[in-house]
Amino acid sequence: MKKETIGDSLRRVDGRLKVTGGAKYSGEYEVPGLTYGVLVPATITSGTVTAIDSKAALRAPGVLAVITPFNAIKVPGYQPEAPTRIKGLKLFNDTQVYFNGQPIALVVADTFERATHAAGLVKATYQSQPHETNFHKNIEKGVSPQNNKDYVRGDVNAYKNAPVKIEQEYMLPSEMHNPMELHVTTAFWTGDDKVTLYTKSQGVISSQRAVANAFQLDAKNVQINSRFVGGAFGSSLRTWPHEIAAIQAAKMVKRPVKLTLTREQMFTLVGYRPLTIQKIGLGATADGKLVGISHESHSQTAAYEEFTERSVNVSRFLYDIPNVNTLYKVVPLNVGVPAPMRGPGEATGSFALESALDELSYAVNMDPIELRLKNYAETDLEKNLPWSSKYLKECYQKGAERIGWSNRAAKPGTNRDGEWLVGYGIGCGAFGAYRSRALAKIKLMPDGSVNIKSATSDIGPGTATSMVLIAADILNIPAKRITFELGDSSFPVAPTQGGSATISSVGSAVHDACIALKQKLNALAGKVEDSNDDIDYAKVLSQNNLPFLEITQESNPNEEAKKYSMYSFSAHFAQVYVHPLTGAVKIKKVVAVVDAGKIVNHKTASSQMIGGTVGGIGMAMTEEAVFDDRFGRYINGNFADYHVPVNADIPQLEAIFIDRPDPIINPIGTKGIGEISLIGVAPAIANAIYNATGKRVRELPITPDKLI
Amino acid sequence: MSGKKSNNPSDSEEFLNGTRRDFLKKSSLLTAVALTPGRVVKAAEEQWDEKIAGVFEKVSLHLEVNGVKHTVAVEPRVTLLDLLREQLHLTGTKKGCDRGQCGACTVHVNGVRVNSCLSLAVTNEGKKITTIEGLANGDELHPMQEAFIEHDGFQCGYCTSGQIMSAVACIHEGHAGSEAEIREHMSGNICRCGAYPNIVNAIQAVKNGGQS
Repeated sequence: MKKETIGDSLRRVDGRLKVTGGAKYSGEYEVPGLTYGVLVPATITSGTVTAIDSKAALRAPGVLAVITPFNAIKVPGYQPEAPTRIKGLKLFNDTQVYFNGQPIALVVADTFERATHAAGLVKATYQSQPHETNFHKNIEKGVSPQNNKDYVRGDVNAYKNAPVKIEQEYMLPSEMHNPMELHVTTAFWTGDDKVTLYTKSQGVISSQRAVANAFQLDAKNVQINSRFVGGAFGSSLRTWPHEIAAIQAAKMVKRPVKLTLTREQMFTLVGYRPLTIQKIGLGATADGKLVGISHESHSQTAAYEEFTERSVNVSRFLYDIPNVNTLYKVVPLNVGVPAPMRGPGEATGSFALESALDELSYAVNMDPIELRLKNYAETDLEKNLPWSSKYLKECYQKGAERIGWSNRAAKPGTNRDGEWLVGYGIGCGAFGAYRSRALAKIKLMPDGSVNIKSATSDIGPGTATSMVLIAADILNIPAKRITFELGDSSFPVAPTQGGSATISSVGSAVHDACIALKQKLNALAGKVEDSNDDIDYAKVLSQNNLPFLEITQESNPNEEAKKYSMYSFSAHFAQVYVHPLTGAVKIKKVVAVVDAGKIVNHKTASSQMIGGTVGGIGMAMTEEAVFDDRFGRYINGNFADYHVPVNADIPQLEAIFIDRPDPIINPIGTKGIGEISLIGVAPAIANAIYNATGKRVRELPITPDKLI
Repeated sequence: MSGKKSNNPSDSEEFLNGTRRDFLKKSSLLTAVALTPGRVVKAAEEQWDEKIAGVFEKVSLHLEVNGVKHTVAVEPRVTLLDLLREQLHLTGTKKGCDRGQCGACTVHVNGVRVNSCLSLAVTNEGKKITTIEGLANGDELHPMQEAFIEHDGFQCGYCTSGQIMSAVACIHEGHAGSEAEIREHMSGNICRCGAYPNIVNAIQAVKNGGQS
């Protein structure tokens, strides 16, 4: 019988549930006595709420409660005396308004429609203050974030004195995660000190800790379920204030409460990639050897909480540059707090760095790939460590072949196909390869089937499928005999799904659990521990009178890893057609080539790469959250006006894997692809557009008006 | 639609007359209550307004979902999407925007693809609704469902129900003649995970296999 191995293309194990509507997301559980919560947003942008008139809302049919700062029960973790006080916005805890749309009340009713209607009846009175929402106007007020250190290597002024110099500014607007599933939490108390949640979470253990912390409960009394997550891209990495509010409301009305955000509310309440302006100073010799770089970044954050990302860090290590300095500042405004979004920091930073490098390639009259090869970093100069593995050169080569790089015209604006201008571009990226502690419980059943549990999450990449494949490979049994369960905080501890590290961390735990089970079975069967002989697992159990065999295995990063710098690397290649009269851009082809170590499941990994590329196309071409500073509100807080790519925007895309295992990071040798799939896409497209037209667009998204 | 039920669900005039009569009946009763202030106060104290509203705000509705006939009482403001998800517990149909902008809620109404979040439930009197739960033939998946699995036409799965319902309709409408045509006619269904190329491949496979 054919058995599946790591490196195969396995169909999703949860595919059938997802194509039949059987997969249950967090807002879809039938809970007896369920009520519906609808938030009431502040209509001012800065100030205080002085009074709330709930009378009309309370009289409306079906309304159970109107929760406001004036009547809400206290959340212990919000109070100054709390052992570890919750950071960030504390809903209904005080009357301060930090941004427009901040919830000031929560209406709970017996149906969604009644709660929605009553929310419109709540009347608030405010003491308004002047607000600051304009990033450009306030950029001088930027501050160095507490958890960030600026960086200098060598001579700060080196780039300025170099023979060839590029000094430019690059801007990215705020970008919304916009997962398809609305953020939703269903909360119900099962005792005075016990609470259960079905909530949209990328990490059930971190959610459990956050809720336990907020209500000062024993963590084991907090049950978090998040078995299917309808996309997140970083927006569900933390427990948001509205989730705490749903729990608070459930306590007050003594019934289960389901709180669903509207799409518009998701523009302010669950984070976003912050508006960022970056200045790059790049110096090189006339033959293209980089001498120095300066990379400065300003990004927006909330008045009530500091959010930082690593926009400038990529410039410290991606190329062989002796002199580097980076500076990063945040600008606090009356806006909601940002959050990590797919490729946080690096996606923003690589747009600036890779665009500047492209500009330099024209300045020194050098092929952009040649320029990158000339400055190839053989070691990590930031950490002063060797790479655990790096096959970026191979990425350049394969990508150039597949996109048809030899057809690229060295002089911009000279390659035509009919009335269209044709251009080619490259954009590279890197994202740290991480691994953290994870546990998995494996159970061999009397019929020889295997069940594995771990408290990780899956926001779409196909976690369970990859885990099943790893287990099938090691246990040497068919994948269909293995099940993998996740998204339940009562399972063995696992990290949050983020930072492209789930296969590295949880996959290692599954790997180690399978090895432990196999060793145990070998021992029971009277074989040497590491025997690879085919043994009948069910028979071993029955011969030893065992009803089942269960092992919980912990897996930790290895010490050896500290001696290396570990990254995934990518090179994206784009071919674009630009219409010179209308400024219309047709993306003809994108090839994504990735060094992410060993690829566990090619089917799902390819989809993840393609998906990240689609996200990058959105960043490059269409996505921009537009703010009206007069009122402190987004004017395009919906899918009709905030343009994520649709099917007609996307051509056939190609994902290519170098697929060579990293020898250090983990037993499987996999480095992660979630972020790398998006990092480098936007500059590849911007560079291709320059190659086609000779127009350098340094402000995303590249809409037609910027090209005519 | 109390009392007289239309034989022809598309007979909009009769439908409108029906609701207008219902509305007038209800409003005159509510007016009667409202004209006696003392009683209004008492009504409020005993939540009579809620109870009265509970009875009168709802409209009787007959419709067939996945071959099963339902008679339900719904408020006129309830969307078909919320009726399916919250009352009939058919949660396969998804809510992604509630504004007709994302397609996650796509169902078939009398064989035509519709954004169920833009359709008030009461406008579906006598109609036949097919949701993702009704697409397979027992355990046997619809060819489009099979193709979505084979071509990995999804990741998180949240837009998938709508994509598949749209994809089936796209072929039936004759809008799957080429890759470009499929892309155009599938652009009302957003997939934030970015599975578009795989979705197009799945639809082409079904189209070329003639199994739609």
